This record gives sequence, C-alpha cells and structure tokens, in this order.
Amino acid sequence: MPDATGLELIAHELREANEGSILQTEFRHRRAVLEVAPEHVPAVLQQLHDKGYTFLASLHGVDYYPEEPRLGVLYELMDMHEVDRISVKARVSTQAPRIPTATGLFPGANFPEREVYDMFGVVFDGHPDMRRILMPEDFEGFPQRRDFPVGGEPVLFTYNEETGYGKYQ
Amino acid sequence: MEIKRETVDPSDFRVRQLNARDMLRGDLVGEELDKFVEQSVMTTTLEKAVSWSQGNSIYPMTFGLACCAIEMMSIVGMRVDIARFGWEAFRASPRQADLLILSGRVSVKMAPVIRRIYDQMLEPKWAISMGACCSSMGVFNNYALVPSDKFMPIDVHVPGCPPRPEALMHGILRLRDKIQGHPPDGWRERYDAVGTEEVLTPEQQRRSAQDPAINVFPGGDTAGA
Repeated sequence: MPDATGLELIAHELREANEGSILQTEFRHRRAVLEVAPEHVPAVLQQLHDKGYTFLASLHGVDYYPEEPRLGVLYELMDMHEVDRISVKARVSTQAPRIPTATGLFPGANFPEREVYDMFGVVFDGHPDMRRILMPEDFEGFPQRRDFPVGGEPVLFTYNEETGYGKYQ
Repeated sequence: MEIKRETVDPSDFRVRQLNARDMLRGDLVGEELDKFVEQSVMTTTLEKAVSWSQGNSIYPMTFGLACCAIEMMSIVGMRVDIARFGWEAFRASPRQADLLILSGRVSVKMAPVIRRIYDQMLEPKWAISMGACCSSMGVFNNYALVPSDKFMPIDVHVPGCPPRPEALMHGILRLRDKIQGHPPDGWRERYDAVGTEEVLTPEQQRRSAQDPAINVFPGGDTAGA
C-alpha cells in the first residue's frame, strides 16, 4: 500500500496529467482509494499501469443506495514487484450508468465487466461483448441493485395448494 | 439301543427335497402331487412381477447440482450401500437412466437444461427432489432459483439441508414402495408432458404432431438424440 502521503503524491501526479480526473482520495484501514471521474477511468488506469500497477486483481460493482451517484465500479490494482495495492473507484448514476471499458488495457476485465453489467446495469462503452453473463439472457432488471426485490417463489405446501400455483387442474 | 421316532414337519427342507425327487421320478401322484405344486409354484400378475423387478433395479442418473450431491455420492459407499437394493449403477446418460436425483438448488438458467434431461430419459422414469433448495428453495429463496415442482414431476421429496444419506436412503425406499405398489401416478397429464414418451402409439404420434411438446421427435427420427 502507498501510505497516506504516497497516495496524495500519486493523486497529485494524476491531476497534473489529467485536469479533473481525481475527484477525491480516501485512505482508511490502510487501504488507498482514488475516486476518479468515470470518463477519465481509462487514462488513470493507463497511468497507474505505467507506474507499475500492472495487475487488475478485481473489478466489481457496488450500490451505495441512498447516496448519489448510486453505483460504484471498483478496480483493485496491484503492483506485482513491490507487492503494492491501490483501488480506483468510479461513481455513476442509475440514470446514465455508462463508463468506458478497461478491456483494452486489461483483457481480463472482460468477464468482470459483464458481471457488473449483469448485476448492476453499468454499461461499459467499447466492451467487445456486452451481454449478461450469469442471469438468463431474457432476465429483466439488475438483481444486485438495492431497489431490486429479493424475489423468490411462494413455496407450495399442502395447506396452500388450493391457492398456490400447483393445484392440479 | 433304542430307536427314537419323531414325526417330521412336512415343511422341513429334507422332506421337500425328497418330495421333489419323487416328483421328478414320477412317483408323486394324486393329492400329494397337487399339494407339492401348491407349495412350490407362486402365481402373480405380469404387472406385479414387472414392477417388482423395476423397483429392485433402478439406474440413477449421474447428476449432481450442489452440496446435496456429496451426500448423494455417499449412498453408494459402504455405510448406506444402495447396491443392497440394486440401485447402485449410476448412468452417465439420460438414455440409460430411470431415476433423476435433483441434488441441490436449481437456478432459473439451469431449469430448462434439467427439464430437457428429464424428457430425454426413457419411460418409466422417476425423480427425487433432494434437499430443501430443490423442493422449496431453502435459504436461497430469491430471484435466481426456481422450485423443481414448477417445471417437472417429482415423485419423492427428501427434506433436509442437506439430507443425511440415511434420509435419502429412506426416500429411495419410499420410491421403491411406490414403484412396486402403484405404477402410474398421472404426472404426465398434470405436467402437460403427454407426447414426450420415446415410443409413441400412432394416436400419440398424431397428437404430438398437432401440438408438439419440447424435444419430441417421431419414432425413427434420431435428430434429437
């Protein structure tokens, strides 16, 4: 991990290169997070890649429900030589959930991005194959969003066979 | 030396053996012959004999869905050995299997696959829903799962999370009772599966062509195999 000072130095460097790319930094529980404007994500990832963070350890989505913008996409990067980690976070709203893809830089981001799309509905612009990966293709809605009902089936027992779905016609 | 004489029970093995020898020699006649035949020959109906043998020789399908599959595998082991009942030959193809044990949770995406496998099995066929997830979705009662009753006929539900091998064994013995006691249960009609039999009568073929169910092909057509 870069320490708090190291994180500020990296953030400063990235701000120099791209005006308005870093919205804020967060250093908590020894974890360094750069919050990045969605449109600047590929440029920031490229710069971090050049600095040595060459491994995308994880890419996942979050729903920060009452907060706005609601959805978050997190990139966990790792420097394999220094054994050093840094997180990049981008926030998008549910009205326009679009973010440029990272598959050009990290080919391994292909499936995780599809999963984030499947579960949270974030569309990754430029992704070679933007389809659902886990849910059926005709599934409606994005099940991991906080406002999606948990769902489930009413379970059929003998006492509710008359009113349930399974009554023999 | 005193000779002790006792009357021997006519059901004694030695007596029956001697009777059988006399019968083969042609020495057994009249009432004695009638009595011998009554003792040695059992009459039954063909249906009963067939269902008796079916219940004692089930080929389950090699098909595991989740953690219940681990318990299912252990029933072929030495502790609760289903080979005692002639059920141990797990078949890797639905074409050779009689029994589908749904061992685990069924997702919405997996349900059509399972239904297809079930339709590919030959008649007569049975299904056991094993564990809470498969019957009522258990702890995974959410958007992703579907109860097995909704898409295929289930003969025996085994509760538990997961059921112990003994519980599955009990379910299997209940299914055996069912097979030997009452062969058809009207499941096909209940689940709109009429016409998915592998061998169709001309009348069934006509109806199947009119309103084809999924994965049904006329006799001789191997396209769906």
